[in-house]
Amino acid sequence: MPLVQSAGGVCWKKRKIIENTPLRISLILAGVIYIALALSSVDVNWVRVQEGMGRGLAFLGSFLQPDFFSRSAEIFEGILESITMTVVATAVGIILSIPVGVGAAGNIAPFPVYFICRSIITVSRTFPEVIIAIFFVAMFGFGALAGMLTLTFATIGFLAKLLADDIEDIDPVQTEAIRSTGAGFFQILTWSVQPQVMPRLIGLSVYRLDINFRESAVIGIVGAGGIGATLNTSIDRYEYDTTAAILIIIIVIVMCAEYASGIIRKRLQ
Amino acid sequence: MLILENLIMKYGSGDLALNGVSLRFDKGEIVALIGPSGAGKSTLIRCVNRLVEPTSGSIDVNGKNIASLKGTELRRARRKIGMIFQEYALVERLTVMENILSGRLGYMGFWKSWFRKFSSGDVAKALNLLERVGLSEHFDKRADALSGGQRQRVGIARALLQEPDLLLVDEPTASLDPKTARQIMRLIKELCSERNLLAVINLHDVGLAKMFSDRIIGLRKGRVVFDDTPDELNDTILTEIYGEEDWSGSADKKKVSAQVREHKHMESMDYALAND
Amino acid sequence: MPLMKRNGAVCWVPRDSKKQLVIWFGWFIGIMLVFLCWQSISAKTMWVFAADAPEQLRLMLMRMFPPKLEYMDKLWKPLWDTLNIATLGTLLGVIIAVPVASAAALNTTPSKRLVRPLAMVILVSSRSVNSLIWAILLVTIVGPGILAGIIAIALRSIGFVGKLLYEAIEEIDKTQVEAVTATGAAPAQVFSYGIVPQIMPAFAGISLYRWDINIRESTILGYVGAGGIGLNLSSSLSILAWSQVSLILIAVLITVVASEWISARVRSRLI
Repeated sequence: MPLVQSAGGVCWKKRKIIENTPLRISLILAGVIYIALALSSVDVNWVRVQEGMGRGLAFLGSFLQPDFFSRSAEIFEGILESITMTVVATAVGIILSIPVGVGAAGNIAPFPVYFICRSIITVSRTFPEVIIAIFFVAMFGFGALAGMLTLTFATIGFLAKLLADDIEDIDPVQTEAIRSTGAGFFQILTWSVQPQVMPRLIGLSVYRLDINFRESAVIGIVGAGGIGATLNTSIDRYEYDTTAAILIIIIVIVMCAEYASGIIRKRLQ
Repeated sequence: MLILENLIMKYGSGDLALNGVSLRFDKGEIVALIGPSGAGKSTLIRCVNRLVEPTSGSIDVNGKNIASLKGTELRRARRKIGMIFQEYALVERLTVMENILSGRLGYMGFWKSWFRKFSSGDVAKALNLLERVGLSEHFDKRADALSGGQRQRVGIARALLQEPDLLLVDEPTASLDPKTARQIMRLIKELCSERNLLAVINLHDVGLAKMFSDRIIGLRKGRVVFDDTPDELNDTILTEIYGEEDWSGSADKKKVSAQVREHKHMESMDYALAND
Repeated sequence: MPLMKRNGAVCWVPRDSKKQLVIWFGWFIGIMLVFLCWQSISAKTMWVFAADAPEQLRLMLMRMFPPKLEYMDKLWKPLWDTLNIATLGTLLGVIIAVPVASAAALNTTPSKRLVRPLAMVILVSSRSVNSLIWAILLVTIVGPGILAGIIAIALRSIGFVGKLLYEAIEEIDKTQVEAVTATGAAPAQVFSYGIVPQIMPAFAGISLYRWDINIRESTILGYVGAGGIGLNLSSSLSILAWSQVSLILIAVLITVVASEWISARVRSRLI
């Protein structure tokens, strides 16, 4: 009760989010105990940290004077490879995600198809790109092909899920109207569903292009090509000025891509 | 020409939306369906073109039992049944012309419709209808740029471009102001009599029903409780259909404004929810 | 004009020919670009190896099944670490993200010309760099272990939570803030009475959502030495113990799906 009668008159207390007092207290207690346990599991080797601090400062310092040039050939090649992987993976991913997304929309797909498509989406979304990349590298060998396939696979899960949710969200009356003209399934898809979801699909594809580029910087660590390999090598060699240069390039490209995709999405509205 | 026999529609919950409806309709009739919300008006209309599946009973259009059709046959039957919707149900991101031409989808193959290859005959008919409903200059606008009355005119033109044998009309005026509502009803009536079309119109507005129909059918709890000319509709019968109320006031007071679907996407959150 | 006369009959096309031409040109450029990119990937690929992929997959799957269930005994501790990395990392990230977000939002920033751009740079940098890259860097700085993982997750979360949070702050209802200001409240009071109640649901939702993404991300941090189940993945892979790998994958799948379910349930309760 927010109002309490006390000796000096009526008291008011802020309403609690969880009204049930024992439940609230035990939840707070559980939280505190968990955090204490979790913190105690962090064992820190302070000597090691102290040693590393020097390297950390060196790294931060190298951001002030990044070295774009001594490894410029490798950086350029890595970035180019990342971009090619990103472009192909996004394009193929979009094409493949459309049938999966349509199949995963509960309002237009029959149950068996729905179930299969939702399973594909779950598997693709659950595993981080790096794990998927490990497997594609094992199958197809080191290089950009494995990276491209990884990004394609991840794109399918991402786009198909959002497309399916979007289709489930469309105005059913517009679909009903097209159905009542005697249109077949594919005509209903292209004349009623597509116009309704197209702007978001384009927006999400552009957004995914951006994510794929960022991810391409990571999967190189496990041998799937792209700028990630160059980045990893530079860290291994303690060449922090090159690392800083690569990170700055990635940040700038991501910023540009984000800005461009913002403009595209705004124009679609 | 349209014969419904013992039509029953049961929801999954076991509630009866239609409880044995049997009706006969003839060519050229304008029939108003009235009744309180939940009486089954909308369900009845949607059963005729099988947007809703009836549980049992038969629907006979020109000697063909719609209730037993499947796949292509059902689509063939649907294209001869025009439908006009309460909230216009235009595909909002398509142009007026595309919306109207979508009335021909049942008559053409998928690829032709994908590339928008409509025959010149279809285009000429669409243009005629556009002129008839008074929207000639708007043909290249997007549907969501039109006003409510204009949108409903597009909806009417789309249904008529199907060259239907009968017209199903679901609450055509529920989202319109009283003046536009009358204009739309008059337009539907004129177009039907020009083509000698049967129109079954769902109306919640008894005044409009009396004004524009040849025959009124009252539904209550999925049963037909009244079926006669508008003149026979009196306060006792209205009470039987709707329950106790003072019927002397203007009918327009009962007007319910339709909810407009609001597409309010929290864009950024949406994207984030994706995955990041 | 989308309407034209051809051989006396009226024709209609959805777009006029000039616009249509531009669209076709756009498609042409796009397809060419994808094709060129594909060619460059293909040129660098050893197709002899790649052709072997189905056989590799078959062998891999054969070695993975059945999963070595006894190995589970050694997975509980890494799973517990993974959970801690994600949770503590999210907490730390959120704590840092709040001031950064309020410095970045147009309507709460102390200075539009100095503080806001700085906050924006922090947010973008944090978002652009994947937690795994942060982890590699941190492992060389603070040494291997879950501390590196926690900081990596926190650094990546700042950008995500901060960006969504500052957008939420910018979208708040101004009149409520004005009303609180009109009572003569001090800026801090305006913040806690006028702004906080409005963004609280969004804030909780964003944080929970990030937590469940972080669970997924923290499963691989161990691959570069930053603690958690990824460490076992990397060591199992290096000794080609595929039946352990498959068990780890199953553990990851269950953990991630469960955390997603929990976060979705709690979020829907909040709204």
